Amino acid sequence: MQSPSPQPSPAGGEGGTESATGAVETLLGREGSERKLGGQLVISGVSVAYGGVPIVTGVDFSLDRGDIGCLLGPSGCGKTTLLRAVAGFEPVASGEIHLQGRLVAGAGLNLPPEARRAGMVFQDFALFPHLSVARNIAFGLRHLGRGERQARVAELLDLVGMAGAGAKYPHQLSGGQQQRIALARAMAPRPDILLLDEPFSSMDAELREQLAREVREVLKREGSTAILVTHDQHEAFAMADRIAVMAGGRIHQVGSGFDLYHEPADRFVADFIGQGVMIPGRVVDEWRIDTDLGLLAGTRSHGLAPGTRAEILLRPDDILHDDESSLQVEVVNRAFRGAEYLYSLRLTSGQVILCLVQSHHNHGIGERIGIRVAVDHLVAFATPEAARSGLASG
Amino acid sequence: MLTLAATESPGARPGPWTLGVTALALTLALPVLVVLGFLLVPAGEVWEHLAATVLQDYVVNSLWLMLGVTVGTLIGGVGTAWLVSMCRFPGRGLFEWALLLPMAMPAYIIAYTYTGLLDFAGPVQSTLRGWFGWGYGDYWFPEVRSLPGAVVMLSLVLYPYVYLLARAAFLGQSLCVLDVSRTLGNGPWRTFFTVALPLARPAIVAGLSLALMETLADYGTVQFFGVATFTTGIFRTWYGLGNTAAAAQLAALLLGFIFLLILLERLSRRQARYHQTSQRHQAIRRHPLTGGRGLAALGFCLLPLALGFLIPAGQLAAWALEVAGSVLDDAFWRLVGHSLGLAATAAVLALLLALFLGYGQRLQPTRGVKAAVRIAGLGYAVPGTVIAVGVIIPFGWVDNQVDAWMRASFDLSTGLLLSGTLVALLFAYLVRFLAVALQTVETGLGKIRPTMDESARSLGLSPGTVLRRVHLPMLRGSLFTALLLVFVDVLKELPATLILRPFNFNTLAVRVYELAADERLADAAPAALAIVLAGLAPVILLSRSITRSRHAQPH
Repeated sequence: MQSPSPQPSPAGGEGGTESATGAVETLLGREGSERKLGGQLVISGVSVAYGGVPIVTGVDFSLDRGDIGCLLGPSGCGKTTLLRAVAGFEPVASGEIHLQGRLVAGAGLNLPPEARRAGMVFQDFALFPHLSVARNIAFGLRHLGRGERQARVAELLDLVGMAGAGAKYPHQLSGGQQQRIALARAMAPRPDILLLDEPFSSMDAELREQLAREVREVLKREGSTAILVTHDQHEAFAMADRIAVMAGGRIHQVGSGFDLYHEPADRFVADFIGQGVMIPGRVVDEWRIDTDLGLLAGTRSHGLAPGTRAEILLRPDDILHDDESSLQVEVVNRAFRGAEYLYSLRLTSGQVILCLVQSHHNHGIGERIGIRVAVDHLVAFATPEAARSGLASG
Repeated sequence: MLTLAATESPGARPGPWTLGVTALALTLALPVLVVLGFLLVPAGEVWEHLAATVLQDYVVNSLWLMLGVTVGTLIGGVGTAWLVSMCRFPGRGLFEWALLLPMAMPAYIIAYTYTGLLDFAGPVQSTLRGWFGWGYGDYWFPEVRSLPGAVVMLSLVLYPYVYLLARAAFLGQSLCVLDVSRTLGNGPWRTFFTVALPLARPAIVAGLSLALMETLADYGTVQFFGVATFTTGIFRTWYGLGNTAAAAQLAALLLGFIFLLILLERLSRRQARYHQTSQRHQAIRRHPLTGGRGLAALGFCLLPLALGFLIPAGQLAAWALEVAGSVLDDAFWRLVGHSLGLAATAAVLALLLALFLGYGQRLQPTRGVKAAVRIAGLGYAVPGTVIAVGVIIPFGWVDNQVDAWMRASFDLSTGLLLSGTLVALLFAYLVRFLAVALQTVETGLGKIRPTMDESARSLGLSPGTVLRRVHLPMLRGSLFTALLLVFVDVLKELPATLILRPFNFNTLAVRVYELAADERLADAAPAALAIVLAGLAPVILLSRSITRSRHAQPH
């Protein structure tokens, strides 16, 4: 998927992400970094490159103590590279990373991983096959006395719901159990931050959300600060407080799952999060846009200049089925989801939109049904041509 | 910063590892390069003489040997592999690992043993004469010391290569494929020949090419049986005719054959990957063979096992007991000491170099380093005779240069510093057997995933501590296996040791060779038996891994 850059960057440095994140949540300004140093993790203006090829460019992100963050994006977007830069496995090309107010990377400094107090859970868990479960968990606890160490191991086994499994070996555990031990091992030394690299990717799809919720509970109970890397938005929603959507090495938007779904900052986020279609329209005034579905009006300004050619995001839950409505459309496809049907509907203009309907409304393909548009604010973007010609600035 | 994981981007400037690994690879490639280099040197009359007289014999005999060993190892190896992996009959579980036992028997030792058993004065012919009252010249008895005899001897000890790979291929085949063939109306025999065999073909060819490389490398058997091949030709040209260039050129020609076999093996292994049809082992429903058919299967598996191991090992043990009193003297124990010391030194050196190469590849996985490591591992295919020639020529040259310079400058003769010393011998062993250690170490390192290094680092361990607390315990088994395999291979090695050993320095293998050459076959038995017993160790390792994989299958 292409990551569109709707506006040219106004300034260098962190400006690249400003346009995208500005609408929802302002992160670190250049002068803001001083104030934010109290945060558990502060990433400011970080770029990472492999052999001259930039993988991550000018990323700002921060987490408060006890927060669970998420780097969400398609594969190859640089999210894992950024995580590894925080862990100390990749050097930063520019920018700084602070952990609990301590500079760990940047300004010529690159602390080795073992000096960062950053625990990591790997995609393949990387449990040590030659050590028992208990000794795996105790691996990072050498500084503790024997008694303390055993107590901490027992505490963690209990925390991840594996009490009594200490004597087993990794190969005797199921995938889900191995994952919990990997989590316990990373949490054992009480790291300043916990990094989770696609920790659920080897699990069955049905299990992932449940595991993500379980892990979230464990982290919250322990009061850990953590970052999850994933390409699965449901995992991100289930687990994270703050989600950063990444593509092409940049952060496009940071926010809660609700924000990302309902107020995407750009076309990429609108496409990537949730389902929906973009329909074309022309801006009438600050609130209204004329489309194939008629004149759509939001309760808030959409921010585009009158006359701009725009694309408006319509989520399946923005379209309501209403037999009374005069707006009649044809069912061209439908997917049964149990409680709901997801209908694909064709307007007379040929435009296809999606509509989520309770599944007792059973309509066959080819049938015509009535619909109504229920949007409280319009999410609209200038078309790329309009953006280029400068009409979009509003 | 040193990380243990492969995080350096390819294309970075060559680091110390790249330089070190490349230098080592070139050093180890030296013997082969020297031998190939002699293709450019005119050898004059001797070569013309060879070409006109014996060269054709070398080629023809080598081809006959290869053809015979192909037939023998295919029938023995594929047949037994199919029976133990697909059928149920008495003793199947036992044969599954016992069929590997002949691997412990070096070809030259089985050749000496059968010569002692089957020649005119041996127990078999004496017994027959006793029963039937025959005298000398009254009857025909097959001559062991012949080309067909050499084929049988080599086949008996080399079929396990084919057996091992064919068995793995049969077990890896999806049973569904075989079932589909049955539902399409093919009987079990037809299914075997039209489905199972073609699917396993790449694996079988890979095993066969290994067996053929060993056939071409053999010196002890063909020399004893008077079959003129390249290896005996190299010896004859070197010692008999004293012509370095011609010997090296024969060696280069032999390398040409070997090179073709390496190509064949590589291609087959690549194909074999695509032919692997199932991802995991399925519970195999073995076809029960009852009554006479079960006994026939048992007989088919027992034959190579008995002929290749039980009978010769039993005969060696009997002879060893017979002569123990007179042979097991101080001289014998000195031989044992020489052999063990040499093998242990070579094993430790090979392990250290393999670790160096393995870590070089892990830390700087550039294309250059990978190529260098592959070159360093190519020696396993090169016959000991060829390596010996390739070692002695450059080492002798260096010795002469140093000696001449020292004499001119200081009026001091240094004599032979490298050639004719243990240095040359150990270097040859490393060239030949480093691949064995390298493969084991690489497999072991492969099991330590980069994320394990990273886990340990993020849990607060420095790189050195990661080596000690993660790598060492995880590698321990592989390191031990590597040591053991090289140790045993060195113990068995004959031709390179014969050529390169220091004057009057004997090993078990050399002593066996000398006694056999004097027709004192029984006297050779204790040393031969010691070599066979040592050879059992890697076979036990292999059979243990076979048993373990069998237990890992779901039932």
